[in-house]
Amino acid sequence: MRTPYRPRTFVLELVMVAVAVAFLFPVYALVTLAFKDPGQIANAPLSPPNPPSVDSFGTAWQSASLGSALLNSTLITVTSVVALIVLGSLAAYFLARRASRLSYSLYILFLVGIILPFQLGMIPLYQLVNDLGLLGTYQGMILFYTGIQLPFTVFLYTGFIRSLPADYTNAALIDGASHLQAFRHVIFPLLRPITGTVLILNAVHIWNDFFTPLLYLGGSGRETVPVRIFAFVNEYTSDYGLVAAGLVLAALPILIIFLLLQRYVIRGFSSGLKG
Amino acid sequence: MTTVRRMGGRGGIAPPWMFAVPALLVYALVMLYPSIVGAGSAFTDWSGVGEERSFVGLENFQQLLHDDQALGALRNTLLLTVAIVVVQNGLGLLLALGVHTTIKSRMVLRVIFFAPVVVSPVMVSFLWKYVYNPAPDAGLNAALGAVGLGALRQDWLGNPSLAIWSVAFTVIWQCAGYSMVIFLAGLEGVPPELHESAMVDGAGTVARFRHITWPLLAPAVTINVMLSTVGGLTLFTQIIAMTNGGPGYATDTLSTVLYKQAFVFGKFGYSTAVALVLAIFVAAVSFVQIGYLRKRETAA
Repeated sequence: MRTPYRPRTFVLELVMVAVAVAFLFPVYALVTLAFKDPGQIANAPLSPPNPPSVDSFGTAWQSASLGSALLNSTLITVTSVVALIVLGSLAAYFLARRASRLSYSLYILFLVGIILPFQLGMIPLYQLVNDLGLLGTYQGMILFYTGIQLPFTVFLYTGFIRSLPADYTNAALIDGASHLQAFRHVIFPLLRPITGTVLILNAVHIWNDFFTPLLYLGGSGRETVPVRIFAFVNEYTSDYGLVAAGLVLAALPILIIFLLLQRYVIRGFSSGLKG
Repeated sequence: MTTVRRMGGRGGIAPPWMFAVPALLVYALVMLYPSIVGAGSAFTDWSGVGEERSFVGLENFQQLLHDDQALGALRNTLLLTVAIVVVQNGLGLLLALGVHTTIKSRMVLRVIFFAPVVVSPVMVSFLWKYVYNPAPDAGLNAALGAVGLGALRQDWLGNPSLAIWSVAFTVIWQCAGYSMVIFLAGLEGVPPELHESAMVDGAGTVARFRHITWPLLAPAVTINVMLSTVGGLTLFTQIIAMTNGGPGYATDTLSTVLYKQAFVFGKFGYSTAVALVLAIFVAAVSFVQIGYLRKRETAA
């Protein structure tokens, strides 16, 4: 509710800013740690770095092989999200527009996938990926994410397509376009809002996922950022400055993207779940 | 030859089956087939090596009932879930109410509170692992000392009765902003006229919240509760990164136990039995969620 700015509002403002300062304390502790040399960490754990040292960042970047980890993460995330958008929107278009008992059953079958926790199939899937020779490969991870995130993606697209009028495609089809052409040139552009949501939710999930990449990619040289950071932190546990610098570097790319696209990201997270 | 096109449900011309086939194949390969095999393995003594396995009926589940680590993990999982659901959503609601006002910092505060949501739980866990450093002159203990509360210093992750709450708080710190934005979306859907007319009738802030805002927030509450429940039940990464289930088994969850049983002890059959128990919990919660979402879908 929008009321004018009153003394009460000012008090609330102070309270909220104080909450934010307390909320940011861990971040402050981490960032200052990253800029300190070991002597400063021991003597002045919470004070600002004086003088700031950037040595830890270079060492952390090298030791955690963050450069190649970022490339691995980017490749896996981008390819999986593209596959999800293409496969998910096509399937949802079919499910939303074909009214038969069979297509409805198929839609329910996809919804079951939202309920199923992946832990149930985790071990058989690990075996399957191993048998297919895809352990330690990009393809294995991309296949995994596409399959695991499809139910949610199909659910979001189907709900959205059902709310669109059918007239556009009918006109295109009557004009002689094929189904695929009608989808590509008429339907898909109309799906932009929900494609944005699908893209944001899937990209953030895949970029940050830890468990499966640890299982599938550990030791392969194709580890994603969270897996590299996990190994890095466990190796240099007691070197606080170095660990802090590694964490800051590893979190920075997604935080920068978030700050640039904050409105879209927040909207995606708050709207996506309601279809 | 003429093409006969079937008419779709809302007057559209139905697209061909081929549109759904690729998605269905990938979904079946990655989720349906492994889940069916997994559910079946819960009744076998599969070691995970080779195909050799024999049917052992409910033996794995009987073993589970006598396995202190697994029972402790079940208890921890439920405790963590309740703590996270209540505190994360309570805080999320307060934050949402706080920034859904005319305060000047409201947009900046939204970004700050939401930011941890986009960071990998592994990194957030390591950040908090430093905050929970047992040394008196590091992290939270140093901050307590600096403000004269040195008596409250703790071994946050090393104390078996405290560790689980320290982990819960890490999850809450990371996810409160998620609850906040969902509540905010709900608050933005509350018509201001309702508040204005209630104010004319002399209703105070608390009365207006109870009788206008809260009922209209029901959908946001449901979504938040469901999301945080499933998140709490399947908690894994934060545990592995911060405590690895310790000290002892004090912070093991169903997910960490089934992971250790499979990949540390090679008991794949038993591990999938734990996974099946977890799946039943999650399915029960999600089922309510899906039913609710579908009801809204048809109402819209």
